[in-house]
Amino acid sequence: MSDEFAGKSALIVGGTSGIGEAAVDGFADKGCNVVLAGLEPDLGQRIEQRINEGGKARACFVQTDVRDEAQVMRLVERAAETFGRIHFAFNNAGVEGPYGPIHDISAADFDRVIGVNLKGVWLCLKHELRHMLERGGGAIVNTSSSAGVVSIPQVGVYSASKHAIIGLSKAAALENARANIRINVVAPGPVRTGLLSRMVAGQVDLDTIAESVPVGRISEPAEIAAAVIWLCSSSASFITGHTLVVDGGLTVA
Amino acid sequence: MSADAAFGLNGKVAIVTGAAGDIGRKTVELLLSCGANVIAEDIKPAVDDLAQDGRVVTLVGDCAEEDTAQRAMILARQHFGTVDILINNAGRLLAKSILDTTADEWDGILRTNVRGAFLHSREALRWMAQCGSGVIVNVASISSVIGIADQCAYAASKGAVAQLTKALAVEYGGRGIRVNAVAPGAVVTGILDGIVPNGRELLASFGVKHALGRSGQPEEIAAVIAFLASPLSSFVTGAILMADGGFTAM
Repeated sequence: MSDEFAGKSALIVGGTSGIGEAAVDGFADKGCNVVLAGLEPDLGQRIEQRINEGGKARACFVQTDVRDEAQVMRLVERAAETFGRIHFAFNNAGVEGPYGPIHDISAADFDRVIGVNLKGVWLCLKHELRHMLERGGGAIVNTSSSAGVVSIPQVGVYSASKHAIIGLSKAAALENARANIRINVVAPGPVRTGLLSRMVAGQVDLDTIAESVPVGRISEPAEIAAAVIWLCSSSASFITGHTLVVDGGLTVA
Repeated sequence: MSADAAFGLNGKVAIVTGAAGDIGRKTVELLLSCGANVIAEDIKPAVDDLAQDGRVVTLVGDCAEEDTAQRAMILARQHFGTVDILINNAGRLLAKSILDTTADEWDGILRTNVRGAFLHSREALRWMAQCGSGVIVNVASISSVIGIADQCAYAASKGAVAQLTKALAVEYGGRGIRVNAVAPGAVVTGILDGIVPNGRELLASFGVKHALGRSGQPEEIAAVIAFLASPLSSFVTGAILMADGGFTAM
């Protein structure tokens, strides 16, 4: 599967840190050009430069707020202009939201979490699908969470947004199955990222989280990216509408 | 780097049960192309066709016999020094209404599909736990998670395989061993041979029930097995990976 990505291109939304950044590196390492989208230009431009200097693939950063349809449309247009066609898309932008019980969450926080995690994924899907339907196919992976498969107290809205991604993705998979577009979900357990650190800051330490995972550790971003890239590969040709749980056994324990 | 070197399976040692079947054969082929060495086991003597000097050692035996599981482990260690990967692929289908299913038929399906996976897992885990590493991949089914008429014994057996997967994943997660399952939809294989005439055509005709509009091919399931056996899935354990063309998303 290592050669099949060479010369193709991937759009990685939420590509400036954590799992998304690892996916940028993973795709680029296989010779796949990448358009990475994120909110922070400093981070995005640094990654763009690193990939371009690495010489294995080309990269292009596009600053994007996924809650804004005009910006998402521009992102997909830029990706198509830059590399001609988007073969793979990884919709990974997400925010953790506040830590606390549902009765304490403000409407503004609810709107922000649902806006980025659900509306953002939907907007990206919408415009990626239009591109892929026109170009004859593709593969898409959306990021859910172990909190999209089971629920976790104190992160209720985050959990709701991640559950919703699975439902949206299944519908998208069914709608586009005959159009040569496969759509799957990756549901990571705890991953060593800024999002996890912010989510549990002052509440739980990472060692305690690691002990709760059957394999006794949290994962590295590259381990999630490996699963995402595999789902995009032809090795996963009979897989669509699936949620691949990558959580060290957390949700089955 | 060859295409399949990306899987990181070079030099690994795998036991594949049901190796003479279509998914088994494709799995053995893919593992070989990834650089792994294989013990290819099947109840059918045809498995001997797969033997390759220094790379594939064959074993004819009933997967549900303790002796077969033990022999597979001994052969692997004798020929290749260790066992890194166990693929519990041996399985049989019974397509009958519950009213037509005899107690012996029920026992036979559960014996092959569940007892075989249990015994091979037990013998492999004894060794893998000492090594502090290892991977088990079970072949489940969409019948592990949904109901299909006239498959009561098969569904019960495949549901058991899925639960065996989860229980062992949790039990051995702290010891460096991962346990996962692939759950295929209809795959064009010989599994219906001797049960209905034209089994392959029938399996292919089930394609319309899958969102992708087609049934799977054995190599597509082998590809999932190789992923789950490989370091690419290093944080995946207890997972039931649906390779079903969208069947269960509907």
